[in-house]
Amino acid sequence: MSKASPAPAHGSAGPSPSGGPPGGRVRGVIVLAVVLAGMALWEGVKAVWRIPDFKLPHTYAILGELFRRTGAGELWVVALGRNALVTGREAAVGFLAGGIAGFAIAVAFISWPLMEQGLLPYVVASQTVPILAIAPMVVVWLGTGWFSKAIIASYLTFFPVAINALRGLRAVEPDALALMRSYGANRRQIFFKLRLPASVPYLFTALKISATASVVGAIIGELPVGSSAGMGVVIINAAQYYTFRPTNLWAAILIAALLGIAFYFLVAGAERVLMRGQRPPAEEGIA
Amino acid sequence: MSMPPRAMIAVDHVSQWFGDGAGRTTALQDVTMVIAPGEFVSLIGPSGCGKSTLLRIIGDLIAPTEGRVRVNGKSPREARLARDYGIVFQSPVLYDWRTVLRNVELPLEVMGFPRQEWAERAERMLALVGLEQFRAHYPWQLSGGMQQRVSIARALAFSPPILLMDEPFGALDELTRERMNQELLTIWAQTHNTVVFVTHSIAEAVFLSNRVVVLSPRPGRIEKIVEVALPHPRGSATRQDPRFFELVTRVRAALRVE
Repeated sequence: MSKASPAPAHGSAGPSPSGGPPGGRVRGVIVLAVVLAGMALWEGVKAVWRIPDFKLPHTYAILGELFRRTGAGELWVVALGRNALVTGREAAVGFLAGGIAGFAIAVAFISWPLMEQGLLPYVVASQTVPILAIAPMVVVWLGTGWFSKAIIASYLTFFPVAINALRGLRAVEPDALALMRSYGANRRQIFFKLRLPASVPYLFTALKISATASVVGAIIGELPVGSSAGMGVVIINAAQYYTFRPTNLWAAILIAALLGIAFYFLVAGAERVLMRGQRPPAEEGIA
Repeated sequence: MSMPPRAMIAVDHVSQWFGDGAGRTTALQDVTMVIAPGEFVSLIGPSGCGKSTLLRIIGDLIAPTEGRVRVNGKSPREARLARDYGIVFQSPVLYDWRTVLRNVELPLEVMGFPRQEWAERAERMLALVGLEQFRAHYPWQLSGGMQQRVSIARALAFSPPILLMDEPFGALDELTRERMNQELLTIWAQTHNTVVFVTHSIAEAVFLSNRVVVLSPRPGRIEKIVEVALPHPRGSATRQDPRFFELVTRVRAALRVE
């Protein structure tokens, strides 16, 4: 038997030169190429169908908008960044609160099956209620500060976590349970040594969904009257004079999207660190 | 045929059925047998004959519908809680998130062995199955045969007197399986466990066992018990031995009985 080589790190499969992040440069080139192709398509559509600027502004005009100064003399990209931080904080709190609540629900359902039978329909029903209808009430109940927005964000994030955690906690081979039984393991040991670690890949799938949903939830929470800062406020304002200055709204959308993407990659990065050494998943998403 | 002097495992008129009324399937019917300490006994029979069910009844993973089992003078439940069983399934059931060493340590953790003993015991077991240099690997980095060896090391880590094996090499190719058979006998020669081994390979059963218990098709009854008096240590020469072929033929004949 030959001496084994050290374990390949997670995600480093494939021909990558030793040293440096695996395929980092290749990935960067691909991302850039996709962005440029998207801009070319945008401009092509605009040229072929002669779409006027007030309907679809030029891509470079949107980027240029980021560097215009506002009435207060501030760069628009700085103002957007300031508002994105407000939204980001609300989303982060909502993401954590929703994740904890969702996981707690899954653990409770696993522990008491009767509870699942009784309450699961309501958990599902909660997601069929349009969040846009609930958001103004939550803001009235809890005030226009960051807390109400975080609650609205958590409303969107707890559900994917609860459903996937439930699946993950159950995704245990029957023989793995039989083995634990043969060791005389108690319920606590079965949970912490088997069910919980087995659910981690499922959990991360849910957290990636929740990461972007939390940003959407926070923005929706900022839409009702009374909020003074955040991407939702910026978007509402920009939408009101869209035909007058369309680039304004597009720039806001761009920053809001980047915020959601940043959230996604934070979670994906945490996953890579935590799952280091484990089998690379068969269906690999981005990051 | 003389009865073994002392019983490690005594199966007494055990029957097992699932479901009720018209949908009732009988998996085992009135099975009685005695396994002596240190004996290697194989259970063989066609698919669905209840051989795995019998193994799981002995290991207290299923309760028999009728009859009773005594293990080491205890009920199967008492034996399980006394850590008398090491179990190896057809699938290695290794934890993806644990290294090879940490997988072997799992029963020691659960059973509350002193922490300073974990690594030492686990490494001794890995040496026994010839995988000491793979201690830091993750299960997915190993071949199927190597994974099953980790599973055997894990089953032996807490030194149980009894090893229950449910088609442990059923998913392996023929060559790997023969090598694993050889290694299992080498391990067994050092550990002296009582082994109950479920298989549907006749050659494997004869090569490994002191006795081969042939079960009939559903409902599983004991069709015949074939004594295997081949000398130890067994090796590739054993597989060429005319007595080996004669025993294989006898087991095959017993399996054909309707």
